[in-house]
Amino acid sequence: MTRVLELDGITKRFGATLANDDISLHLERGEIVALLGENGAGKTTLMSILFGHYTADAGTVRVHGQTLPPGKSRAAIKAGVGMVHQHFALAGNLTVLENVMTGTEPLWRLRSDRAAARDRLAKLADRFGLPVDPDARIADLSVGECQRVEILKALYNEASVLILDEPTAVLTTQQAEQLFATLRDMAAKGLSIIFISHKLNEVMAASDRVVVLRGGRIVAERATRDTSKEELAELMVGHKVERPKRPPARPGAVLLEADDLHLSGRGGAPLNGVSFRLRAGETLGIIGVSGNGQTTLAGLVSGLYPPDQGALRIKGASLPRHDVPHAIAAGIGRIPEDRHAEGVLGDMETWENVILERLWSPDYARHGIIRRGAARAATERLLKDYDVRGARVNSRVRLLSGGNMQKLILGRVLEAGPSILIAAQPSRGLDEGAIAGVHRRLIEARDRGAGVLLISEDLDEVIALSDRIRAIAGGRLSPAIPAARANAQLLGLMMAGDWDAARKIEQEAEAADAL
Amino acid sequence: MRFERRENASAALTILAPVGAILAALVIAGVLIAIAGANVLEAYGLILQGAFGSRLGVTETLTRATPLILTGLAAAVAFRAKLWNIGGEGQFYMGALAVTAFGLVPGLAGAPAPVVILACLVVGALAGATLLLVPAALKLRFGVDEVVTTLLLNFVTVLFVSLMIEGALRDPLAFGWPQSVPVPDAAVLPQLIERSRLHAGLLIALGLAVAVWWVQSRTVFGMQARATGLNARAAAFAGVPLGRTLALVACLSGGLAGLAGAIEVMGVKGYVTTDLSPNYGYSGIVIAMLANLNPIGVIGAALFSAVMFVGADSMSRALGIPSYIADVTVALSLLTMLVALFLTQYRVRR
Repeated sequence: MTRVLELDGITKRFGATLANDDISLHLERGEIVALLGENGAGKTTLMSILFGHYTADAGTVRVHGQTLPPGKSRAAIKAGVGMVHQHFALAGNLTVLENVMTGTEPLWRLRSDRAAARDRLAKLADRFGLPVDPDARIADLSVGECQRVEILKALYNEASVLILDEPTAVLTTQQAEQLFATLRDMAAKGLSIIFISHKLNEVMAASDRVVVLRGGRIVAERATRDTSKEELAELMVGHKVERPKRPPARPGAVLLEADDLHLSGRGGAPLNGVSFRLRAGETLGIIGVSGNGQTTLAGLVSGLYPPDQGALRIKGASLPRHDVPHAIAAGIGRIPEDRHAEGVLGDMETWENVILERLWSPDYARHGIIRRGAARAATERLLKDYDVRGARVNSRVRLLSGGNMQKLILGRVLEAGPSILIAAQPSRGLDEGAIAGVHRRLIEARDRGAGVLLISEDLDEVIALSDRIRAIAGGRLSPAIPAARANAQLLGLMMAGDWDAARKIEQEAEAADAL
Repeated sequence: MRFERRENASAALTILAPVGAILAALVIAGVLIAIAGANVLEAYGLILQGAFGSRLGVTETLTRATPLILTGLAAAVAFRAKLWNIGGEGQFYMGALAVTAFGLVPGLAGAPAPVVILACLVVGALAGATLLLVPAALKLRFGVDEVVTTLLLNFVTVLFVSLMIEGALRDPLAFGWPQSVPVPDAAVLPQLIERSRLHAGLLIALGLAVAVWWVQSRTVFGMQARATGLNARAAAFAGVPLGRTLALVACLSGGLAGLAGAIEVMGVKGYVTTDLSPNYGYSGIVIAMLANLNPIGVIGAALFSAVMFVGADSMSRALGIPSYIADVTVALSLLTMLVALFLTQYRVRR
């Protein structure tokens, strides 16, 4: 084996925090290394130093035995390092071919040699099994396809070392599996790959070697075949983490009833006739591949937009007006899919974020004037009760970690004692410790008697939390199966729109209930 | 050289930014003064003396600051909600013209002065608000870019004013000069200081700056307007009625600019001409930026501009340097302020 990449004694300090503390790491030819760590462990910083986005305070980077000059991305690219960013660095208004070619030709050349480039791109796509249409506009592609383009862009620059920053954060389970199959294939053809992750499943499935980072240091290094999920979880978090267990449900009266909801897509896929019932004290999980209408469904039930057709009844009654204040007043608590874009306003203060969605309530405003004292007191309580770390009543929430931001949102929602809880992708992007906390709160809410509508793309999460599971596909809901009967294969079929097995199980379950 | 986002912009930095920006603008303008062949320090000394050195200077500076505070507030209010109202100039003229037209209402002359003044102020504000509501409605309904519509409406409005003061509202006693009929005597704002042009409009402007600050920080509407500007999607998720909020912001912003025009015509000029405003509407944008959109800060920024304009006039008489240096300095301060704002959020690294 030949060593293609060596990081030696990398140290980087941001103000008072030591993001990387004397990290040394190497990569062999044809090897896939997973860089595992919680949010804030220093993974992305390390890779940014390697790629020349940051300059290290100390330490060197060697590629193929040559030391890279610090802080020069161009040198890293030239040495054969390719980076696939978590948030793609692609121009949406250009085609695939144009994106791939960008930066590969000298500026002062008058003609750009598209024919040759197209040829080369086609060969690369073929060789590594990454099919794309070179003339498609990036804006029209799905996230999975965009990622393929990012990888092709790196390969086009003759990358021999590929770095992927949380490559599955935007992918569905199926897309992720496909990506890892491709990566293994690429490694077999001689490429060396580092991927950053905090998901244990994919680390176990896709890597040859795992490097675990915690608090800016390497705490362990294991050959993947010699370790286990449990060991890695403990190494990553520093102590044992257990996701909470779900006691059996005691379903009560129907709280939320959707009857043949239709809604043309508002920035998402449309709903084509969605019906379901949610009872008190149960969790209904809705699983699906993204882009099948779950965002639209969550928005509709959250009060953002009324259905074009069909009815949504809360405790038997329709909302007097289908808008957010009426939905909240009717007892709906909402955890949005995208914390940063919808959940909080990063540049507003904590107390403002806590009361913004309850400004209509006399608790927080009278005669159009905000009751700042009451708002601050409530926020103070909430920060303590929900253990939101790093937040003060008057500080901006932008700097909170994902986990603490989610705690703030959970606190704001649960403090109001909602009878219906809409949780859309509640643990997306969170680390193990934070996920366990979110799950515990959701189970508590259910046990208190709330109906929980869990909309998620994470199989494990849906199976762990739900009492009944439906899949969403093409804007329609599958029959509901009891969680006890769920497995990955059955859910896979349901997500793909094949509902025969699920229908049989639903009928069995109903027959059993009737007895 | 690279830029890294500051984790926490300190409060001191936020206050220092406009001060640093103004100093930087003065230094750059100093180079121009030197090129024009004058002693820089002497020139700045004369500017300060012109603005503060005499009773006339002080009252003129404050008179000049009055409309600037109001147009600055108009821009600050709108920009906070990310409604890019570039039409302050047009709304200013509309407010002024509406007051003179309103003065023609028969029976107004007999009413008590406070009632007439109040009615005129309301009419001016309504005129300005109406003019901004049109582009705001187009933005909400059809997504028309309000930067373009509000900017272009300025030219339309000034031409409309021109049409009116040479036509329907022309003053028959003005010996053929294109100027409007004067506002009725009862509508003239009381003087604050004898033998000066300083009028009660200054108190109105100062009061409104405090009122706007209070509305923005203490009321439901204010919080919703700020939320809309910071992140419209998150605001919508929290149940902020975006359309209604933006319409109200448009009324407030346009109303303030219209009020500026009404007060200028009721306090200083007495009638409308097409040179009533030396770009007060556009200066308001600079002032709002210089104040970092803070309503109280607008007072300071307006004073700075007024000092430069009034002081530069007397400086240019003494040294023979064009008084355009004031325009240049104020414009430069906008650019340096943008840089300063950037530097409060990012730090420069090697």
